[in-house]
Amino acid sequence: MNLYGKIFCTFAKIGLFTIGGGYAMLPLVQKEVVDRKKWLSSEEFIDLLALSQSIPGIMAINISIAAGYKLKKNKGSIVATLGTILPSFVIILAIAMFFRSFQENPYINKMFMAIRPAVVALVAVPVFTTAKEIGITVKTAIIPLASAFLIWYWGVSPIYIVLIAAVGGIIYGKLKKSR
Amino acid sequence: MIYVQLFYTYLKIGLFGFGGGYAMLSFIQHEIVDKHNWLSQSEFTDIVAVSQMTPGPIGINSATYIGYVITGNVWGSIVATVAVCLPSFALILLIVGSYERFRSNRYVADAFRGLRPVTVGLIAAATLLLMNPENFVDYKSVLIFAVAFALVKFAKIHPVLMIVLAALLGLFLY
Repeated sequence: MNLYGKIFCTFAKIGLFTIGGGYAMLPLVQKEVVDRKKWLSSEEFIDLLALSQSIPGIMAINISIAAGYKLKKNKGSIVATLGTILPSFVIILAIAMFFRSFQENPYINKMFMAIRPAVVALVAVPVFTTAKEIGITVKTAIIPLASAFLIWYWGVSPIYIVLIAAVGGIIYGKLKKSR
Repeated sequence: MIYVQLFYTYLKIGLFGFGGGYAMLSFIQHEIVDKHNWLSQSEFTDIVAVSQMTPGPIGINSATYIGYVITGNVWGSIVATVAVCLPSFALILLIVGSYERFRSNRYVADAFRGLRPVTVGLIAAATLLLMNPENFVDYKSVLIFAVAFALVKFAKIHPVLMIVLAALLGLFLY
């Protein structure tokens, strides 16, 4: 198998076994790409990881593009990304095709009535863990509270919130420096 | 033109989606449910559930699913999935050569300092948007939410296991 084939298969394997998003994927990428295939050194991997986290978009995709690029430039990044996407693309497409007829089943319907509030809890937990991780205090809590309220209550697009936050960060940095 | 709308919507999600999967939910929900009415609140929640239990990030899974559902065609899935990845390609190919300069750029660092607390707000917004009458149909929903929250937060139960438990509970409760 040539290198493109190997890149594709490796990332397809990573894509297939990543359940639950980007952070769940990282140890798998490290094991395959750094430890097993030795395509990247640990330092290179950490650099790519930082790059993937410092741009918008889906982190799993970002790291595939960055790692693929490091290996085989543009073509490598496309092959790695296709590999990452393909397993979930096929699975989700199959679900999309049949899910609606599943949902008419009374048992499935009952299950989803209970699954929905549980899913809301799954999304609610990282509000608190992330707030702790990045050190939100009572004083700085106004920023996440205000942005959540603007999106939820007034239907402001999250895009504006992100733009305002980025510009706000730059202005704050300027003010602090000039003082 | 539904394909153009789909492409443009997911391009925006890919370009502005900051802060990981949960933070991106508020973008996806804002665009897909509130703005375009492509899915109902409960359908959107179901996709989040399915996405937690299947491989792949929620950003990709929602693109693939919604692309198919609103066009009734595989091409819809392809268009949305490609669109959500395109900004990442453009940005990485743009900065990968001068990454050191990008990273040490003061404006980039300052912008990120501003974005970090907002990430929490984005996840909180996603939670609030999901707390709607379609997902919380009765007092039992509220109980399930409270128990699931405690189990995931304090007992550190795996999300997939939590969904399976909730599904079994649903068979008894409803």
